[in-house]
Formats: sequence, C-alpha cells, structure tokens
Amino acid sequence: MERKSKYLVISILMICAILLGACGPAAPQTIKIGVNAPITGDIPKVGEGTKFAAEMWAEDINAAGGLEIGGKKYQVELIIEDNESKAESAVAANTKMITQDEVLIIIGPQASKQAVPAGQVANDNKTPMISPWSTNPNTTLNRPWVFRACFLDDFQGPAVANFVTEEFGFTKAAVLYDIASDYPKGLAEFFKKAWEGLHGAGSVVAYESFTTKDTDFSAQLTKIRDSGAEFLFTPQYYNEVALIAQQAHQLGFTGPIVGSDSWGSAELIPLCGEDCYGAFFTTHYAAAGATGATKAFIDAYNAKHGYIPDDVAALTWDAFNLAKKAMEDCGKITGDIAADRACVKDALSKVTGFEGITGTMTFTPGSGDPSKCAVIVKISDKGEFTFYKQSCP
Amino acid sequence: MDTFLQNVVNALQWGSFYALIALGYSMVYGVLMLFNFAHGDIFMVGSYIGFFIATGLIGLSTLGIISLPGWVILILTILIAMILTSFVGMLVERIGYRPLRNAPRASAAITGLMIGIIFETANLYLLGASRRKFPEIIDTSIFQIGNVSLTNTKIFIVIISLLFMLALNQFIQHTKWGMAIRAMAYDFTVVPLMGVPVNTIAALTFGLGSALAAAAGVFYGMAYPVLDPYMGIEYGWKSFVAAILGGRGSVIGTVIAGFLMGFLDIFVATYFPSTMRNLISFSIILVILTFRPHGFFGRAYSAQLRL
Repeated sequence: MERKSKYLVISILMICAILLGACGPAAPQTIKIGVNAPITGDIPKVGEGTKFAAEMWAEDINAAGGLEIGGKKYQVELIIEDNESKAESAVAANTKMITQDEVLIIIGPQASKQAVPAGQVANDNKTPMISPWSTNPNTTLNRPWVFRACFLDDFQGPAVANFVTEEFGFTKAAVLYDIASDYPKGLAEFFKKAWEGLHGAGSVVAYESFTTKDTDFSAQLTKIRDSGAEFLFTPQYYNEVALIAQQAHQLGFTGPIVGSDSWGSAELIPLCGEDCYGAFFTTHYAAAGATGATKAFIDAYNAKHGYIPDDVAALTWDAFNLAKKAMEDCGKITGDIAADRACVKDALSKVTGFEGITGTMTFTPGSGDPSKCAVIVKISDKGEFTFYKQSCP
Repeated sequence: MDTFLQNVVNALQWGSFYALIALGYSMVYGVLMLFNFAHGDIFMVGSYIGFFIATGLIGLSTLGIISLPGWVILILTILIAMILTSFVGMLVERIGYRPLRNAPRASAAITGLMIGIIFETANLYLLGASRRKFPEIIDTSIFQIGNVSLTNTKIFIVIISLLFMLALNQFIQHTKWGMAIRAMAYDFTVVPLMGVPVNTIAALTFGLGSALAAAAGVFYGMAYPVLDPYMGIEYGWKSFVAAILGGRGSVIGTVIAGFLMGFLDIFVATYFPSTMRNLISFSIILVILTFRPHGFFGRAYSAQLRL
C-alpha cells in the first residue's frame, strides 16, 4: 500500500516534470480564492449574487488562460463556503478556508453581521480579506488585513452635500431623519457637518427628527417647508421615504428630495409611486443607464442568469478584480502561503485609481476602506433608478 | 402664523383617527366595563379590508368589467370595509369575550391582547412582511390658501369623520338602542334585569366600534398609504388613552380627547424635538387626569371595574 502510493507520487511528479518542465511544490499552478457567502439563511439572494459573480469572474479568467502574475499564468480555483447568514458560521468558514484550503485571499462575507467577526479571523490569521458590501466601520477598523469594496456611511453625507451644491447651487438644506435608528442618525449628522462645512453654520435651516414607526411627519415637514429650505435630505428606508415624499408634496414642498443607499430597494417605487419621481439618492451602482465595463458586466450577468445584478453582485465583481490587481502588483507567487498573503495584502493597501464597475477606488495605506465615488441615481418619470452622475470625495 | 394654521390642519386630520378609534374603546368600556385591547388591531384589519376592496374595485374598473367613478369606489370601499369589519368585531365579541363574561376580569383583558396578536401574526403569515400600498382611489389635489396647504383627501377625512361622530352621537342619544347602551353604561347589573339583552347590546357596541375603526383604517390608508401588520398598536394605545381621558361612555368627551391627542402630537413635534412627543403629551394627560380622574365628561361611578 505504502509502496504503491510512493510510486504514484513519483509518477505524478514525473508527469508533471514532463508536462511543465519544472514543477516544484514551491510554485503552485493554481491560485485558491475563498468565497464566504450567505448561500442559505436569511438573505439567500445576496449569496446567490455573490456566487454568480464569483463564478463568472473565475470562468472569464480561466477561459483566458489564467491569471498572469510575473509573466506566469495561474488557473484560479474558487472555494465557496456557505456562512448560512450567521456570524458563527462565517467565522468557521473563514477558519476552514484559511487553515485547510490555504486560500490566498478571501472575498466576503457580505453583511456586516458576518463580516465583522469573520474579519477578526482573517486578521488574526494574517490572510487578506475583502468584504464587498459591508459598510460598518468595525469591519476594517484596526485590521490591516481586512479591506472592503464599498464606501462607508460617513462618506455618503459629504457626497450628497457636494452633489447638491454642484448640481443646484443650493445653500439652504433641510434634513428629516429617524433619531432612534443608527444608520439614518449617523448619516444625518455626517451630512449636516459636511453641508455646514460648505455653506457655513446655520445653512441647515431645518434639522428635524422623528422616531421609528412614526407615520405622520406633517409637523416636521411644515417646519421644513416654512424654513425656506431649498431641498430635503432624508436618509430613510423605503417605506418611510414613501410617506415622507407624499406628505412633503401635499404640504406644498416643491424642492428636490434626496436620499441615501437605503432607498435602493425594488420596493420603493411600488410604495412611493409618483411622489418619488425626480428624486435623487446616493448608492453603490446603478444598473439602468450604465455604460462601459459596468454595462458589459450587467449584460453578461443578465444573459447568464436572466436578471439584472444588484449592487452586491457588482461589488463582488469589483472585489475580485481588486484581488486580481493586488496579485498582479505583487509580481510573483512563491508558494510560501504566508509570504504570498502578506505580499497581496501590501499590494492591496497600495491600490490607487482602480477602475471598478462601481467606481474608481483608491486605498490609503493603513486603512482598508477605499476612497471611491458614490453613484447618484435619479428616479426617472417611469420610476426607474437611472445613473445620473458620480459624486467623489 | 401660517405654520400654526398649517399645523392646525395637520392636527385635525391626525386627531380624526384617534377620535374614531377611541370611540370604539369608549363604547365597549361604557357598556361592558372592559377594555377591548384588540381594538387597535381591528383598525388594522379594517384598513387591510379597505385595501383589498379598493384594489379589487379599481382593478375591475381598469379591466372594464365595471365602470365606476373614483368617488363611488371610495364610498363603496368605506361602506363595505365598515360592514365587514363590524362583523369581525362582533366575531371577536362572540368568540373572545362572551364566553368570558363571568370569568375573572384579567382573563378578559388578556383575551383582547391575545386576539390582537393573533390578528397581527395571521396577517404577517398570510400576506408576508412586505408593506402594502393603499391605492389612490381619488386623485389628490392640493389647494393653497395663503401658505396653508390643503388636500381634498384631508378635507374629506376630517369632514366625514366628524359626520360619523355626529351620527354616532345622534344614535346614542336619540334611539332606543342608544338608550339601551346608555342605560347599560349607567348600571351594568340592574339594566339587564329590566329585559335589556346584554348579548345583543354587547354585539352592537362591538359592531359599531369596529365599523368606526374600519372607517379610520380606510382614511388612514388614504392619508398614509403604507400599511403594515403592526400599524394598529400605537394608534390603539393612544386612542385607548383618549377614551379614558374623554370620560367613560361619553361620545363628545372621547371625540374631544381624540382631537386633543392629535393636537398634542403635532404641536409638541412643532415646538420641541420629536423625541419628546410622547413624553410631553402623556405628561399633560397625566396632569389632566389628576384633576379630572373620570375624564372630561365622565361621571363618578360605583360599579366594579371589570378589568
């Protein structure tokens, strides 16, 4: 038995040697990339988008002969692990991929709930990880090995402030937000700070709040209307946006209404209807009206899977291309997994001007958060989310 | 001044919902000396029934099977929703409360809570967690008077609500059935001995209260067209407070208290941070109750509270 396997090893090595000339165990011919995705659980659609984008990317690379690093071509092998949309499963999946599969880099998890704990595992085990979709600051905070492909919440506020200033030349803003919910509250504060930075103290003429589950905003909107505000920023979820937009219009508020990426749900237009037409919001990417590489990705995905990819799929695609760029910048794959991982991590933190389909990204050393542009979406008169322009930091 | 007037208009609409829902609490409380804690959820059920009727009628109109103008659809929606929801209310009374009429009062109180939760979770199970959009039955038009914005739906809601309240008051004050309801509120023990059928009166009050809650539900859908299974909870509680504040069994007191709740909600949010809305309005109500423990129009009574 032992003898047999010895022969087997020798013969494989010989075949290797004949086929490739030199095939030491130190230089692998494939690169393993781990994917930590919620294939089952609460958000299976997110897992599906992740998986489809990852597989499309790997097929493209392998069909082209592999990934070229330092003049050599490597085939890509995906290790896709299901995190069941649970934090503990995401941790287990990362541990398995890092220690057993010896992946070079991990893409995922998507939601912050899994990305924050899984990022700790990646960081502790010195393995680079890119979360495409997690916007919580803690995912990458003090973790040099963890990166993300999306912007953070604290960027959207300034992005909106810049966009409105450039686009309309307004100087008086109104904000309506839910004071009892972290995301809107944080975003409202970031926006206020940015707007006052541009237009001076007192330029946010109405800063009104409500509490979760409120449905009547007439008192706040009356104040906003009478404050002389030229537009309304409301970083709320789609069900509240529907009520706010309608009540604002019924009270005679005529300025534009602007929101954030929480608006970007397919449910917004069925609930809000015409009251949301003409409104703007910041998000990661817009499928309608996309051009160039973004359009190519959307078309390829749509042709293969029969629906328009959402922002998760697009960000996953970008995360893979970020990994590709880092590996290429690294220049060589030594086969020493620890050294290669460190090399990829260092290369990632130096990526500048990376052209992704969700925008151009630049990493500053010491931070895993890209500086990237937000996409401003305009809701068309047919209720479609159309690309309007980019707003950059 | 414009801001003030605008908020008066806002509060009139907002208070209409409280007043309509509170009347259901108040009547049941008056007659049976118990609180129907499922009442907020009956408002929710009424709103959903209205949603299905309106969607169905508009769908049939678009398909050309029937041809009805918007205002006819609106009136049909309100009436059918009121009738169907009053049956729901009577069913709640028949199944939930009547078997417990002589049970410990705490049992009746939790029955209401349980029925409410059953309504909410059944809705969640049957219709899913996603919100429903109440269809726009009549086109909204906006009028500007000075700097005060009015919409046809706002005017409609306030006027029709007041008409319903007036009608209820007439019914209670000037019909035989109304007299029976008042008599029951006066003395729960002796009046049945005089031949007033308790079960019929109980069903009647549940039916009337639920019909008004359904009207509130449809109006709510017109004004705030996003429905969710838990929408009845907060309105239910605040209307309950309004019912107590108005005085047991008093239609006028309850209506005044309902509108007061609406005005407090709107004006606190106007002049204070909105987080203080419930803090300030409930503190004011607490002070009122300290000086008028039986509410605005309530009379002191000796009957044992059947809670």
